[in-house]
Amino acid sequence: MKKEDVPQQGGLNAGCREVNYAVDGDGHYTLEQSVGWEAKNIALRQAWTVIIDQLHQVLAEIRAGQKSPLAYHMIKAQMDPQLLAQYSGIARWRVKRHLKPAVFHKLGDPALAPYAELFGISVEVLREVPDKPDPLLAELDSSEER
Amino acid sequence: MKINFPHRQFAHCESGVTANLLNYHGFPCSEALVFGIGAGLFFGYVPFIKINKMPLTTYRIGPGGIFKKATRRLGIEIRKQKFSSPAAAEKELDRLLASGHPVGAQTGVFWLPFFPPAYRFHFNGHNLVIIGKENDEYLISDPIFEEPVRCSTIDLRKARFAKGALAPKGKIYYIEKMPQQFDLPGAVKAGINDVCRVMLKTPVPLAGVRGIRLLARQLAKWPGKLGEEQTILHLGHVIRMQEEIGTGGGGFRFIYAAFLQEAAEILKNEKLLELSSNCTHIGDLWRDFALLASRVCRGRAAVQDSFDELASLLRQCAVEEEKLFKNLHGAISC
Repeated sequence: MKKEDVPQQGGLNAGCREVNYAVDGDGHYTLEQSVGWEAKNIALRQAWTVIIDQLHQVLAEIRAGQKSPLAYHMIKAQMDPQLLAQYSGIARWRVKRHLKPAVFHKLGDPALAPYAELFGISVEVLREVPDKPDPLLAELDSSEER
Repeated sequence: MKINFPHRQFAHCESGVTANLLNYHGFPCSEALVFGIGAGLFFGYVPFIKINKMPLTTYRIGPGGIFKKATRRLGIEIRKQKFSSPAAAEKELDRLLASGHPVGAQTGVFWLPFFPPAYRFHFNGHNLVIIGKENDEYLISDPIFEEPVRCSTIDLRKARFAKGALAPKGKIYYIEKMPQQFDLPGAVKAGINDVCRVMLKTPVPLAGVRGIRLLARQLAKWPGKLGEEQTILHLGHVIRMQEEIGTGGGGFRFIYAAFLQEAAEILKNEKLLELSSNCTHIGDLWRDFALLASRVCRGRAAVQDSFDELASLLRQCAVEEEKLFKNLHGAISC
């Protein structure tokens, strides 16, 4: 890659610049800053779109009474029951039970505290879900018409 | 308290951390040199290890490898520690900082608040240097960023004890003793030999040049086997592994080309300059691959035709890399 070809296509970098290696006019390598590249922005947007789609889906399931609010917060944190179990210290079979609305609604604050602490929210917030997914990325929500 | 640690921005976290630590301890060196001596370059396609439910594709050796190999080849004494309890991990970190040691740490990106939100995924192989503590915040030199950053105690605790694949378990590492003198040419040669070996003479068909060919074969089958949606997700996943923050572009091939330029001078070997420009060409090929792949992801290129072209680009990468590492091996053996 030549120095003048270092891409400057921003969008998802939130003001950060990263270093690319490129060759200058004399054929020597230099470090050049870049705000981003289209190819990788596409791949990154795609990964986030998957997460946002999952959030829409899980919200519909919660409204239909098939899943508990914990499922929404879990997916928002890009976790699955196994990872959530490892983080919260609660056994996976119990995490899976907590994803059922009937079980979840009977849980007291102490039982939910490990989840709330992990996600950095209060137990009250954990018990609720928004009508539509929280905006995860300002850049993504404004730049992509979905 | 803050250690006077010269922060330099680099492309890749682990080689940047290692270069900055060596620099602090009186051995000025570039990221590329450390990357080469530590034999960071690799290719691996492991369909049965899943990241986000998709096959692992990697362009570098596993986390910790570059620091370990580079310091060993330079004769530097290091110390590594893992912890079972976050409290013990924090106590030891604070003790080291108080005694004036900048400390390298493995962390999970998801929990680091200074990362751009778009980059915060569950990836646990991110390295940074902790250079001080003020009140409830750690001061951090993260080579990916332009300036040193700050991170609250609680966030760093979560990052150091991230769970899942590659869980860091609070891992820290630091330099204990620098040698009186370095055998730099010897270290450079050992690094080059190591990369040639893993790229060419791997016993498993998943690694090195054979791994690239395997990916080419499998990728050509994706549209028929996985359906369009999954195919595009798989392809996006490969692009991210190749071009995500920290590769310097072209799946580390450009960093390695920069290393070969430095190696040419250290070993007084003109041939390496030519091989460096071959390596740059290979990096460009990988960039072409990523660009075409991203167009497929965006729906701007027809899927089936493009997959044949993508597979043939990969095969071209494999051919060129095979040639490069054979020549490289020859160039330093004589």
